Amino acid sequence: MKYNDTSELEISLLLEAVFQKYGYDFRQYSEAHIRRRVINRMAMAGLEDISQMQSKVLKDELFASEFLQDLSITVTEMFRDSGFYRSLRENVLPILKTYPFIKIWHAGCASGEEAYSMAIIMQEEGLYDRTTIYATDFNQQALNKAKEGIFSNSMMKEYTSNYQLSGGKESFSSYYTSNYDNVIMNQSLKKNIVWANHNLVTDSVFAEVHLILCRNVLIYFNRNLQNKVQKLFYNSLINGGILCLGSKEGLRFTDFYEAYTELDKKQRIFKKKY
Amino acid sequence: MSYEAIVIGVSLGGMNALKIMFSLLPKNFNTPIIIVQHLSPRSDNQWIKILNEKSNLHIKEADEKEKIEKGNVYIAPANYHLPIEKNKTFSLTINERVNFARPSIDVLFESAAEAYKNKLIGIVLTGSNKDGTNGIKRIQEFGGLTIIQNPETTESSYMPISALSAIRPDYILSLEEIIKVLIKIDKQIIR
Ligand SMILES: C[S@@+](CC[C@H](N)C(=O)[O-])C[C@H]1O[C@@H](n2cnc3c(N)ncnc32)[C@H](O)[C@@H]1O
Repeated sequence: MKYNDTSELEISLLLEAVFQKYGYDFRQYSEAHIRRRVINRMAMAGLEDISQMQSKVLKDELFASEFLQDLSITVTEMFRDSGFYRSLRENVLPILKTYPFIKIWHAGCASGEEAYSMAIIMQEEGLYDRTTIYATDFNQQALNKAKEGIFSNSMMKEYTSNYQLSGGKESFSSYYTSNYDNVIMNQSLKKNIVWANHNLVTDSVFAEVHLILCRNVLIYFNRNLQNKVQKLFYNSLINGGILCLGSKEGLRFTDFYEAYTELDKKQRIFKKKY
Repeated sequence: MSYEAIVIGVSLGGMNALKIMFSLLPKNFNTPIIIVQHLSPRSDNQWIKILNEKSNLHIKEADEKEKIEKGNVYIAPANYHLPIEKNKTFSLTINERVNFARPSIDVLFESAAEAYKNKLIGIVLTGSNKDGTNGIKRIQEFGGLTIIQNPETTESSYMPISALSAIRPDYILSLEEIIKVLIKIDKQIIR
């Protein structure tokens, strides 16, 4: 593999081809992110240059689906950023409690760890029976894993400490059953989660909800695309609804900065104005 | 030759090295510096604030989509990779760890090499893993200037030794000598 310079034009032609042929639109994703994944995939497949890559993506559907997997980064954790979940309990749940039914949307839920974390919190606060969690992603493989609710036992030590740091008071192991290398999340957590395939770039409003969490998805998008997705979120939230972004994401450079108040600035929690 | 940016990778021993570096770099130092320091994923950015107080330069955590400006020093936030876009802005990602690290030096260096080509200076300092080795190689392949801290002068020599196994850099120097070279180059750049 030579590290010859792959130009922006070549990358954008590849993404154009992917969009035309498969309907997945990565044209406004972070170029540096896409480039890194393209170069890795080319090296793994022993491809010489990007024109070979392009023709293989177009002709070989198996290869193309691998490449699409490469572009969707499903790295996630339970109770990632414990300070955020602490704030969720303290600042957001008192608002949600006031509604007879609570609808929550996890956009870009990956393999579901975040949605299970939310189910745990709602259960602990006695709200889960009147809650529906919509957990969506455009990566079907990740959604299938989420639905199973089977995670690696090796992660549980870290998740337990995340959970405790976030203000969890129960024994974390009471939420799953261990089975050798894996754990299976309790059925009682799964019961009100609806898993669905939804593409934030190409699909429209999904449901009207009280709370949206979209964490560490928009960092992969350029400003223009971030703005487009924020419009979707704005249209999906009820007035007074809550939007939670990742700890390095914000609204400042979108058209919707003025449309929300900051409920917790540090944890990037926003409330839609009435 | 003029350089538009400096990227620095540093791991174990980095806190001391960076303290020394920013006590010595002068106020008028102009070339932007971008740093990956390996940290625990839970650490906050308090140490950056402390480093900034003791420095002549403006040191800050890199924000997503932020434009890289002259005279600034940017540090990758804990638990995020920091690739540089071709339009000289930052992206943040939570991709898998690279060389057990997030932020990873390789991710910064490889993207910086592609963005700045031969207008980049890459520096590998003290550290205890092989992160940065592929990245410094890529910087050299794109014609950038490469500097590796002399392993005999580091708190932890593994990272510079690993980098030296991959390339023959333009300079192998102690930290103080590296700083002198940077100041000299920075002065020569016509603005
Ligand atoms: C890095 S993960 C973040 C997971 C989780 N929200 C967290 O913060 O831990 C990003 C997720 O966004 C999904 N994603 C990326 N682009 C998307 C799109 N256009 N529509 C829906 N999901 C998308 C990816 O498939 C991936 O699962």
